[in-house]
Amino acid sequence: MNKYSRNDATGKNTLAGKNHTSTKAAAASTMDIVNQGLSRRYNAEKRFRLYGITAIILSMVFLAMLFISIIGNGYTAFQQTFVKLDIFLDPDTIDAQSLKDANYQGMVKQSLRDMFPEVKTRRDKRRLYAMISSGAAFQLQDFVRKNQQEIGSVIQLWVPADDDVDMLIKGHIPRDVPEIERRIKDNQLAWIDRLQDQGRIEKRFNTTFFTAGDSREPELAGILGAVSGSFYTLIVTLMLSFPVGVATAVYLEEFAPKNRWTDIIEVNINNLAAVPSIVYGLLGLAVFLNFFGLPRSVPLVGGFVLTLMTLPTIIIASRAALKSVPPSIREAALGVGASKTQMVVHHVLPLALPGMLTGTIIGMAQALGETAPLLMIGMVAFIVDIPGGFTDPSTVLPVQIFLWADSPERAFLERTSAAIMVLLAFLVTMNAVAVFLRKKFERRW
Amino acid sequence: MKKVLIASLALIFTMGLGSGWAASRDYISIVGSSTVYPFATVVAENFGKTTGFKTPTIESTGSGGGHKLFGAGVGVEYPDITNSSRRIKKSEFEKAVANGVKEIVEVKIGYDGIVIANSKKAPLFKLSRKDIFLALAKDVPSGNVAGKTVPNPNKTWKDVNPALPDVKIEVLGPPPTSGTRDAFVELAMEGGAKKFGWIKDLKKKDKSAYKALCHTIREDGAYIEAGENDNLIVQKLDANKDALGIFGFSFLDQNSDKLQGALIDGIAPEFDAIADGSYPVSRPLFFYVKKAHVGSIPGIKEYLAEFTSEKAWGDDGYLTDKGLIPMPAAERKKFRQAVENLIPLSASDL
Repeated sequence: MNKYSRNDATGKNTLAGKNHTSTKAAAASTMDIVNQGLSRRYNAEKRFRLYGITAIILSMVFLAMLFISIIGNGYTAFQQTFVKLDIFLDPDTIDAQSLKDANYQGMVKQSLRDMFPEVKTRRDKRRLYAMISSGAAFQLQDFVRKNQQEIGSVIQLWVPADDDVDMLIKGHIPRDVPEIERRIKDNQLAWIDRLQDQGRIEKRFNTTFFTAGDSREPELAGILGAVSGSFYTLIVTLMLSFPVGVATAVYLEEFAPKNRWTDIIEVNINNLAAVPSIVYGLLGLAVFLNFFGLPRSVPLVGGFVLTLMTLPTIIIASRAALKSVPPSIREAALGVGASKTQMVVHHVLPLALPGMLTGTIIGMAQALGETAPLLMIGMVAFIVDIPGGFTDPSTVLPVQIFLWADSPERAFLERTSAAIMVLLAFLVTMNAVAVFLRKKFERRW
Repeated sequence: MKKVLIASLALIFTMGLGSGWAASRDYISIVGSSTVYPFATVVAENFGKTTGFKTPTIESTGSGGGHKLFGAGVGVEYPDITNSSRRIKKSEFEKAVANGVKEIVEVKIGYDGIVIANSKKAPLFKLSRKDIFLALAKDVPSGNVAGKTVPNPNKTWKDVNPALPDVKIEVLGPPPTSGTRDAFVELAMEGGAKKFGWIKDLKKKDKSAYKALCHTIREDGAYIEAGENDNLIVQKLDANKDALGIFGFSFLDQNSDKLQGALIDGIAPEFDAIADGSYPVSRPLFFYVKKAHVGSIPGIKEYLAEFTSEKAWGDDGYLTDKGLIPMPAAERKKFRQAVENLIPLSASDL
């Protein structure tokens, strides 16, 4: 019985009409109406909770599908097939004075011919040589340079296999389809089986993926160039956007007069946070490349463009952090004699710093994943060398993923997924650090 | 603290200003076609590994975009070489000369076949260029009346040619910015349109109307622009058995276990058929070099030497492994000489 029923303590409807039976009927129907309403309300609440749980489950399912498909495609990329070759370092072909001129490719080919002496025709020989990666010659060159005392003897070297052989060993090329539909021909299959029986084929951890730059050969391609480029670009972005963003937020929040101009600035900053990122790329092209004449494809210009993109995020997060510091702190500081600048710098800013850091880390994580603005300034390019500084041409990790996704070789499919896994790992770590910092330094007023 | 910040910011900006920064470019900058990109990148990588020069940076901007950047001027901030899947247009050449790019060396690197492929799980298509024109053009001839065209009414391949399967026309192809599309409309569609006598005569009478008729592709949904990402087209063809895709031969080669190329005028898209010219839809690939940059940017001559060496573009070279169709030996010799002597292009050649 709620306060709206007009019954007294005995349960009788005191304001009922003169008819006694009608009061009982009226009382019964009021309770029915109330109960019906209650059950409707409880059902609505249950349904609402169900919608919420369904939404969460659906998003977890999509997230799981994303991770499973990426990890499923990419985990095989962390292994690379290697083949053990017995190579004779012929002292006649290697001149100790000019090591780099020797025909290392010829020596690798010779070792293959020695292993399969029955291969005679030109076409079959080409197929035989095609099983080993072209990087084997450079690996041999490195080995000879470091071990010059081995010239004249037979060495055993594990060299990377060609990407088609790698795909076969990992099971991505089916063996049972007719030869014409396969990239690995029947005689190559026979040789590979023989090598496996001799224990000369092994899958090892793919260190090349982490130590090499981009390449057209999938077995020689790595993400180090892209990761270095991302690193330099993010350093420039951080060093420029953090001080400028924080200083702007402090000025707008603490020192700026509250008039129409500051309102317009605030509206514009909020709008800039929603501008599509490619517009910043066009701005970078027009201003930094065409007007200032900075070089194309360098992390410095990429950093400038990403700074422009991240600044609104940092400013908005910093202002929110500054607003959350209670006015009692400010008044207390002023009350004990601090000047306005001292109050802001010594009292308000340190307390707002965790929130600013969180905003910055989230902004950096956003900048790490950007591709479109860098397209216009030339960072979407095939660059093999690892960048050594801020003005060496380089590309960033999302761009590397985009370029590999466009390549026809089958082996790039798994490497693309592996690079996506690395990028996601970085992003998840950065966001986790942001959450951790926020939780640790959060102060409840 | 603030002083340090302001000082460092000022330092960064003053360092950035001025072209003294850009004057120190010691790597070759290449832009251009996405079709030539797979071949140029292999050569660049080999060049970087075998010589002491820095590996060139190669951007895939499309042939049109590449010519625009290339012809913008001479200087370290402009690219040195542009790749192109079609010959430079006269207008682009004149614009380049007007901007100071007076001496351009043209180098043909080989041929590339354009294939129309579908999934191996679907029946093989045997098309003629006339079928392609009737299936994909925006306006097709109506009846046999000369001069009369109607918007393309063909919905299935059977409408175009009763011998073809009764399957909805759905073709995934390159966008208008792509050189592949330019080559496709010129070779396949124009080649098919010429089979109509009155259209062939139209070429002499009204060239722009002729071009508009032959080169305009239908926009009613039968032709779907699938962007420059050929891997995506391959995936879509795998999922949709009725669709056909238009892309370069190298992609068909790499995915020969999933896709099959349609016969065009009875010829199958195979290496030998494209090399000897019997496959009708093949086009030459080029790159263009600024002679003015050859002395100042280190390594250009050596890069050209690498690209024009037999081990790169020859019959057994590594570019053929990537799907490039090599030129006949006589043509290779001609272009190698052009490169060694840096013979510039003149307007009359175009």
